[in-house]
Amino acid sequence: MAVMPSIKSREVKIVQDIPISKTLQFWEALKQGKILATKCRKCGKLYFPPAADCSNCLASDMEWVELSSEATIETFTHVVVRPTTFQQEKPYTVAIGKLKEGVRVLAWLTGFKLSEVKVGMKAKLVAKLTPEGRPTYEFTRPE
Amino acid sequence: MRKVAIIGVGSSKFGVRNDVNVAELAFEAFKPSIEDAGITPKDIEFVAVGSTGAGAWYEELLPAVVSAEYCGLTGAGLLRCEAACASGSAAFATAYWAVASGQAEIAAALGVEKMREIDTPTMMEWIGRAGYYLWEFHNFGLTFPAYYALYATAHMARFGTTEEDLALVAVKNHKYASMNPIAHLQNRITVDDVLSSMVIAAPLKLFDCCPVSDGAASVILASEEKVKELKVDTPVWVAGIGYASGTANMSKRLDYVGLEASVAAAQKAYKMANVTPDQLDVAVVHDCFTIAEIMAYEDLGFCKKGEGAKLIREGQTEIGGKIPVNVDGGLKAKGHPIGTTGCSMIYELTKQLREEAVEKSRQAPMKNYIALAHNVGGTGHYCYVTILRR
Repeated sequence: MAVMPSIKSREVKIVQDIPISKTLQFWEALKQGKILATKCRKCGKLYFPPAADCSNCLASDMEWVELSSEATIETFTHVVVRPTTFQQEKPYTVAIGKLKEGVRVLAWLTGFKLSEVKVGMKAKLVAKLTPEGRPTYEFTRPE
Repeated sequence: MRKVAIIGVGSSKFGVRNDVNVAELAFEAFKPSIEDAGITPKDIEFVAVGSTGAGAWYEELLPAVVSAEYCGLTGAGLLRCEAACASGSAAFATAYWAVASGQAEIAAALGVEKMREIDTPTMMEWIGRAGYYLWEFHNFGLTFPAYYALYATAHMARFGTTEEDLALVAVKNHKYASMNPIAHLQNRITVDDVLSSMVIAAPLKLFDCCPVSDGAASVILASEEKVKELKVDTPVWVAGIGYASGTANMSKRLDYVGLEASVAAAQKAYKMANVTPDQLDVAVVHDCFTIAEIMAYEDLGFCKKGEGAKLIREGQTEIGGKIPVNVDGGLKAKGHPIGTTGCSMIYELTKQLREEAVEKSRQAPMKNYIALAHNVGGTGHYCYVTILRR
């Protein structure tokens, strides 16, 4: 198809400041190597990702609890074609794992060859800081 | 609620439409739809527009307003509906409710999307963010093929569905798209072509994925009274609309072998229409990725859970089979201009039910004159199921 005539729109750079004041403890704990969830003091429901308000009973009285690291992988994919802001990364594996507490976590899976990754296998959930200093968490090989 | 009929439909050509802007593209679908209905823009009291990329992958922030002005609709009641990839169905449902409630006699649902004004990695970025940005994109870079690949992996592990089964969906939908002059991809492909195409997000490959398309579709709806007054030859009646939603976090879904929102929306639609799956003559389902079509067979009750792959292997979803599916090429090959798709599905089913699919080779045989459209937004975030009856 021939290149169609067009004009360039005005350029904007978009960076949003995402508020994390209500889940700050979670982001701080990641730097200490811990992964926290919240638990509703009224109805007992456990939240991961952590939430300041309970979507089950609508109370806003949460306690922080540390999650175990034992996960069972329920599904995964290996992302080869990456979006703009992940172009500098090598292809990465993303998995959803279920923790023994019952909550599921979606995160990168590292430390395995892709051919080794299977639905139903065990993995360890760990907190980490990226080389750029961004707090995150990932599944990795259990010791 | 009163009875509502579809009295006019129109569609643009789908594809890379860098020859037109968003308003010009909307016009290409709108004009044939009012000619089909035998009305003028001034007869339309309310317009619901489905469009998703406003200000992100195309430049206009208020596409409903610019499209309405360009189509001579200024003055009508107007809004834009956002339900991700189901925005067109949300617009259709909104226009339906406007007429069914008695608020309007004639309403329009207009889907319009321009996706090819930005580069592909930026498109992957925007759409990848359309899940739960904070918890699933910011640190993990999930793309849309990757989200559906999570379903594919789980479905394959649980039911033994294979990459060849997924490929069969692409082969079928390309076959029908090759007979559809408005389709984006009109090339026929083989199972080997799919299996040897580049990996996008394993196990999904390039030919498991729908293309990034521009396109518009328009639907005109009217009350029973108006249908009589306008002496419409073949009104197509809205028999049922079902809707539901799923969690924003993929990690909060109960499992990864189907979409809970599809099941719930389908149950509502079947109940409202008083129809069972075996009465359907034809269906269009949300096949943004090949695995999505297999899950749709199961979630919509065309077969039991886990037997979707068997249905495609046996050719039961082709013309001549139990339930022809996506005989317009589907999202997979006709194209998936996100906010347009829901209206485009209604366009196709209206043509099928009137038995005027321009290409006779892809006309589904009609017995009960009942058809179903299934439109998912996001990764099961939204779902609309619409049942039409002639």
